[in-house]
Amino acid sequence: MTGASGPPPSPAALPPAIDIRDLHKYFGDLQVLKGIDFEVALREVVCVIGPSGSGKSTLLRCVNRLEEPTSGQILIEGEDICAPHVDLDRIRTRIGMVFQQFNLFPHLNVLGNLTIAQRKVLGRSKPAAQAKAREVLAKVGLLDKIDEYPGRLSGGQQQRVAIARALAMDPDMMLFDEATSALDPELVGEVLAVMRSLAEEGMTMMVVTHEMGFARKVADRVVFMDGGVVVEEGAPAALLDEPTHERTRRFLRMVHER
Amino acid sequence: MERRTRIRLTRYAIYAATILVVGFVAVRADWGSLQEAFLDPEIFAEQFWDILTIAAKNTLIYTLLGYTLGLVWGLVLALMRLSTITPYRWFATTYIEIFRGIPLLLTLLIIGYGLPIALNGTKVPGTYGPGAVALGVVAAAYLAETIRAGIEAVPRGQMEAARSLGMSYGRAMATIVIPQAFRIIVPPLTNELVLLIKDTSLVSVLGTTQLTEELTKFARDNASSTFNSTPYIAAALVYLCLTVPLTRLSATLEKRGKRGNR
Repeated sequence: MTGASGPPPSPAALPPAIDIRDLHKYFGDLQVLKGIDFEVALREVVCVIGPSGSGKSTLLRCVNRLEEPTSGQILIEGEDICAPHVDLDRIRTRIGMVFQQFNLFPHLNVLGNLTIAQRKVLGRSKPAAQAKAREVLAKVGLLDKIDEYPGRLSGGQQQRVAIARALAMDPDMMLFDEATSALDPELVGEVLAVMRSLAEEGMTMMVVTHEMGFARKVADRVVFMDGGVVVEEGAPAALLDEPTHERTRRFLRMVHER
Repeated sequence: MERRTRIRLTRYAIYAATILVVGFVAVRADWGSLQEAFLDPEIFAEQFWDILTIAAKNTLIYTLLGYTLGLVWGLVLALMRLSTITPYRWFATTYIEIFRGIPLLLTLLIIGYGLPIALNGTKVPGTYGPGAVALGVVAAAYLAETIRAGIEAVPRGQMEAARSLGMSYGRAMATIVIPQAFRIIVPPLTNELVLLIKDTSLVSVLGTTQLTEELTKFARDNASSTFNSTPYIAAALVYLCLTVPLTRLSATLEKRGKRGNR
């Protein structure tokens, strides 16, 4: 996989992939994010865990401004995406996003799903877009489904196509919003395997998940959120085995008991 | 037991009364003159060619012009209603309320006769122009609501996925949301088409010429010139030939849609 970023001239000078400063988000009167400071370094894999309603999905959706932050700053590779005249569409092409509900385009087949944004947004030629589509489909192991419509694929296959669709844009980083939560248990593994191989290739990833096993094995850092704040963060083993906060302990106990 | 007997007796009474009434009408009616007035084969044969090549053709022309205009303008209105820009929303809402709230006949008169007076004789060009524009202006109001419902029925995640791939709002609408919306609303769109076919009958108030008259005007003119009602029945049959296949098609599509084609 060829990253779009290329070899960095001087690694020390490179800004973090995602840099969030004092982020607040209200839905009406409800405060969902209460001052988040958060960073993801280049090539880092960060898993965000926490109970439902903790604001972790909202935080993720703020990163590409699917949710409008109420206040605070979000820098993507050093660029403020909330600045007045920022070209948001251009920045979004650098941020791949995978949704809980897959959100494949049902009126297009797999090839169409993978090429439409390459053609219309990146302006790639048809052969170039199709070659790219084949390359990323092979990566997620679904090259044989290239002519199928999403409705005829299993949930796990749909999610792998959705990952391929995001990868086809050659993004610098990937966001995963509970990518396995809508899947039947026996289909979770194939999607996690694809995510793991991406991480091993050095993709920058921010992963909101309930899969503690994945967080432990793949993440460089795990962040625990509750009630709209980051409660604690650290290396996977440290945070998952010896959490310092009572709230983290309580959450992990609930998760493990299942 | 007693209740069931009473229900049965009531039913027999209704049957008997129905048979009596139908029988009385059948015996007393003058079938010969009825047939002559409504189903004169000579008049049928005489008008057969004109009704297809002039009347039915003009009905179709008015329908297609009105529907096309209605779809395009209706799509614009639907997007305005969904816009985040408040004046657009107000304009579209007001437009839709007005043209759904007043009779089509009145809109036809205003566009056909009112506008030329107000604009010193400038009128909508073309022999079909004024009628087709009036039909389109009103159809747009109804179609806008249908299209808006279709767009709102497409899951929000579709727009979000398209935007997260870097598509602009307009491009995401045009390539992802609207194609799906139109699939959802094919049955109601077909119904609107049927309604429009029938509504073309009102265009005759604009005084169409012999070459631009549609089915209803054609029937009226020929009924009065032949002192016979056969042209009405002939026109009715042509309308049915146009509308029934469409309503059947719409029912089939609706059934297929309910089964779920995802």
